[in-house]
Amino acid sequence: MAEFSLPANSKVRKDGRVFKAPAGATNIRVFKIYRFDPDLAENPRLDSYEVDMDACGPMVLDALIKIKNEIDPTLSFRRSCREGICGSCAMNIDGKNGLACVSACADVKQDVKIYPLPHMPVIKDLVPDLTNFYAQYASIKPWLQTRTPAPPDSERMQTKEDQEKVDRPSACILCACCSTSCPSYWWNSDRYLGPAALLAAYRWIVDSRDEAAGERLDYLEDPFRLYRCHTIMNCTEACPKDLNPAKAIGEIKQMMAHRRH
Amino acid sequence: MPVRPRPTSPHLQIYRWQIGNSLSILHRLTGVALALGLPALCYWLVSLAGGEQAYAAAAKLLAGPVGLLGLVGWTFAFFYHLLNGVRHLFWDVGRGFERTQRHASGWFAVLGAVVSTLSVWALIRHFAP
Repeated sequence: MAEFSLPANSKVRKDGRVFKAPAGATNIRVFKIYRFDPDLAENPRLDSYEVDMDACGPMVLDALIKIKNEIDPTLSFRRSCREGICGSCAMNIDGKNGLACVSACADVKQDVKIYPLPHMPVIKDLVPDLTNFYAQYASIKPWLQTRTPAPPDSERMQTKEDQEKVDRPSACILCACCSTSCPSYWWNSDRYLGPAALLAAYRWIVDSRDEAAGERLDYLEDPFRLYRCHTIMNCTEACPKDLNPAKAIGEIKQMMAHRRH
Repeated sequence: MPVRPRPTSPHLQIYRWQIGNSLSILHRLTGVALALGLPALCYWLVSLAGGEQAYAAAAKLLAGPVGLLGLVGWTFAFFYHLLNGVRHLFWDVGRGFERTQRHASGWFAVLGAVVSTLSVWALIRHFAP
């Protein structure tokens, strides 16, 4: 049964610390950031950081790096490429999942509230434990499976049209914005694969070179793994790469129906 | 080793209500409302079989403020659940997943349900004795 409220150890305390902006700053924005320290025996809290935006880059990640460098070095978050291709800085910004590096502070009205990806075990601050997410990705066998021997003198060729079918789903960076935006995934992440893993499964099912579509569909044919998707479409709204996991899942469901007849 | 079990990050408490998730939960709520309406419908039917006095009592209850509120609510629930169900049928055949399509069809379901509800009740008021 889904638990709609947070467990006792996860409730966010209101009495977070407040870090004032330096004197003389005129263009101030408040960043309210979820903090959890595993070494302290206390619940998570929301800390407020006043940031001088005249001395800060435009993106949410710029603000986070500025806070860590200049205001509070104890703040933890993942980041790497700062250009939306590594997927490390996925978090919940202003109520929606996205990548901090490609989310502009200017797009947020009022205070910028930042939480870790929703309904995940928190390691520290904005760093969630993605072990289960990655295990689910591995479970769909995200590699080419063939039965026939490869042509002796060439690669396994594909038409341009067949390649285009996998172009878009291949652009997934596994940031987990989609899966952790999905209420079905929140309540059933132990059994429901979630949009990211299902989009990856779709990418291999429609690949003209792959010869294990039947086995792949067999694995997904399950009341939970696939069919916990109720077309809420938070996934597609959240995807920072503008992919459409909801549509991919819809097409997998259609394939399931077609192969029964 | 962590001193304590890892907390669960906030979810329902902080996620922004957008058209997709709002209409999805509304679909569920109207479905529940319609299921709860069945006993009310049964009550009305049984009162029909129960004779003139029983029916008069049921009619009085349903025409009262609480009964009327329920009936209007159920009318909306019926039309919204129906129209949003049609959205689901389109999704089931792989259509209507693009951003503009799903937003437009969502607004169509909500506004369609409101307009249908108002129309039905305007007709009822027009023909009511």
